[in-house]
Amino acid sequence: MTTPLIETREMGKTFGSVIALSGINMSVAAGQVLCLLGDNGAGKSTLIKTLAGVHRPSEGEMLVEGRPVAFDSPRDALDAGIATVFQDLAMVSLMSVTRNFFMGREPTRGKGVLARFDAGFADRVAREEMAKIGIDVRDPSQAVGTLSGGERQCVAIARAVYFGAKVLILDEPTSALGVSQASMVLRYIAQARSRGLGVIFITHNVHHAYPVGDTFTLLNRGRSLGNFMKAEVSREEVLEMMAGGKELEDLDAELAEFDRADAG
Amino acid sequence: MTDRTANAAAQADERLRETSLAKKLLARPELGAVAGAVLVYLFFGIVAGDSGMFSARGIMNFLEVSALLGILAVAVALLMIGGEFDLSVGSMIGAAGVVIAIPAATWGWPLWLCIPMAFGVAVFVGYFNGLITVRTGLPSFIVTLAGLFILRGLTIGFTRLITGRTQVSGLKQIAEDDWLAGLFSGDVGHGLFVWLAEAGLLAQRADGAPVVPGIPVSVIWWLGFGAVATWVLLRTRFGNWIFACGGDKTAARNVGVPVDRVKIILFMTTACAATLVATIQVLDAGSADTNRGLLKEFEAIIAAVIGGCLLTGGYGSAIGAMFGALIFGTVQVGIFFTGVNTDWFKVFLGVMLLIAVIFNNFIRRRVTEAR
Repeated sequence: MTTPLIETREMGKTFGSVIALSGINMSVAAGQVLCLLGDNGAGKSTLIKTLAGVHRPSEGEMLVEGRPVAFDSPRDALDAGIATVFQDLAMVSLMSVTRNFFMGREPTRGKGVLARFDAGFADRVAREEMAKIGIDVRDPSQAVGTLSGGERQCVAIARAVYFGAKVLILDEPTSALGVSQASMVLRYIAQARSRGLGVIFITHNVHHAYPVGDTFTLLNRGRSLGNFMKAEVSREEVLEMMAGGKELEDLDAELAEFDRADAG
Repeated sequence: MTDRTANAAAQADERLRETSLAKKLLARPELGAVAGAVLVYLFFGIVAGDSGMFSARGIMNFLEVSALLGILAVAVALLMIGGEFDLSVGSMIGAAGVVIAIPAATWGWPLWLCIPMAFGVAVFVGYFNGLITVRTGLPSFIVTLAGLFILRGLTIGFTRLITGRTQVSGLKQIAEDDWLAGLFSGDVGHGLFVWLAEAGLLAQRADGAPVVPGIPVSVIWWLGFGAVATWVLLRTRFGNWIFACGGDKTAARNVGVPVDRVKIILFMTTACAATLVATIQVLDAGSADTNRGLLKEFEAIIAAVIGGCLLTGGYGSAIGAMFGALIFGTVQVGIFFTGVNTDWFKVFLGVMLLIAVIFNNFIRRRVTEAR
């Protein structure tokens, strides 16, 4: 088996006395989509922030391409090829698609004080990258504020891919989107996978996760309920585990108790 | 050039409706100011067309007023696009003036030393304003409001302490002998104007000299600074960072834009622009007054807003600010020529500002909403 792009071993994170995460084992290989599923408060956010270099793990270790790493900042994670697209997207809605695409990493022409923003090149790349994912930016100089939510999400992802991400961490990219917008993003995730990227896709929507996921990691109350290959589980099983299947079973049992008590 | 043709080919998309020129223009931040300037000139052309306002001397007069404000407005516009305010620029004009004048007139220091010293003070003041703003996260409006009073107070206090008065004069002679002062005083293109006068294209005085000796140096600084600012804003990485900082500083920081550094540099720029204005004024008048630059901070903000800057940052234009200052200067001077009591100037100013803000708000909504 090839070395996974990113792997965690018994990783945990505590904030004071609160155990936010513990014993997380997961790995993503190139060309694989890992879906991270969990209800609210399951620890999804803490996990991705740890992977993205915002937090440092309190225990366990994290490996990138087989080597243990410790990120001090999101910048470090980015340099290691791990790009996180947070829900707020890091986009400025008043700025053009091109200017957002290259924000912080503007291509320049010329040297020294005469180095200038290469607008022609930037416009062309932004258009091409967006075209690759099937989004037709009508005009790359239009403000990002004029794009739909799904398109914005795709610009953010395309930007991460263009700047050399090996692992994409997507934080609930489809949660605020309608059906057609969400499928646009899902199609792009599948595309990124086929280009050899590792994708960690965080969501609480099984219907979005199941079609594109290769493996599923379920989180509940800061712990992993296990990793499953797609072949091993059905959509219903995933849903059941996620929705706290155990709790539902207990509830069933309790209700049965009441029934017996009534009968008796 | 090949880039452009390739681009044009790529943009030939049947779903992209041909945007009309008018629509494209409407999306430009400086549109309001340019349209306003046209209206102002139409108005004064009709009302005061034959009053001497548009004689060579009259033109130079309102251009010079516009230029001094314009230099300030361009720097303030950059800062506003970057998402901050600087209310201390007016006080900085007063401070820079005495930093130049006291050593030169009282202690006999050469101007080529005093002028760079004033810019040094400006860099420090700008750094201080910027550092406090980015470190505390307080609104720069408040931080620089404090700066406004502190700086003005220091200026008056020190000047009275050293000279016993609040005015420092006697620089006229010193300025004439200084090589550096020449950059900030006098007129440009004297030869051209003499030639124009001899050719009969320009009115002559009784002694044969042209009525205006040349273009005031402030106008050249204004145009030059405006051009550089526009270039930086639209064609450099730093320009993109300015928009990013003002548009959404968290987003900018997340993608690696050095937000704090950008803001501090912008604060330094406004303070230096104030010092440039002060230098030109001091050398022109031959004296410095501790009260110089009073209320200039607001005039500069008004010019920037008329020029299309949003108060919330992230949008605006340096060219717009230049036109904003032009409107300001033209009306301020022009109102004398109309015979209307100058008391009404402030009313005009307020109304103009209100219209500009409402118009900008409308433009912003157009830009950020799907077309």
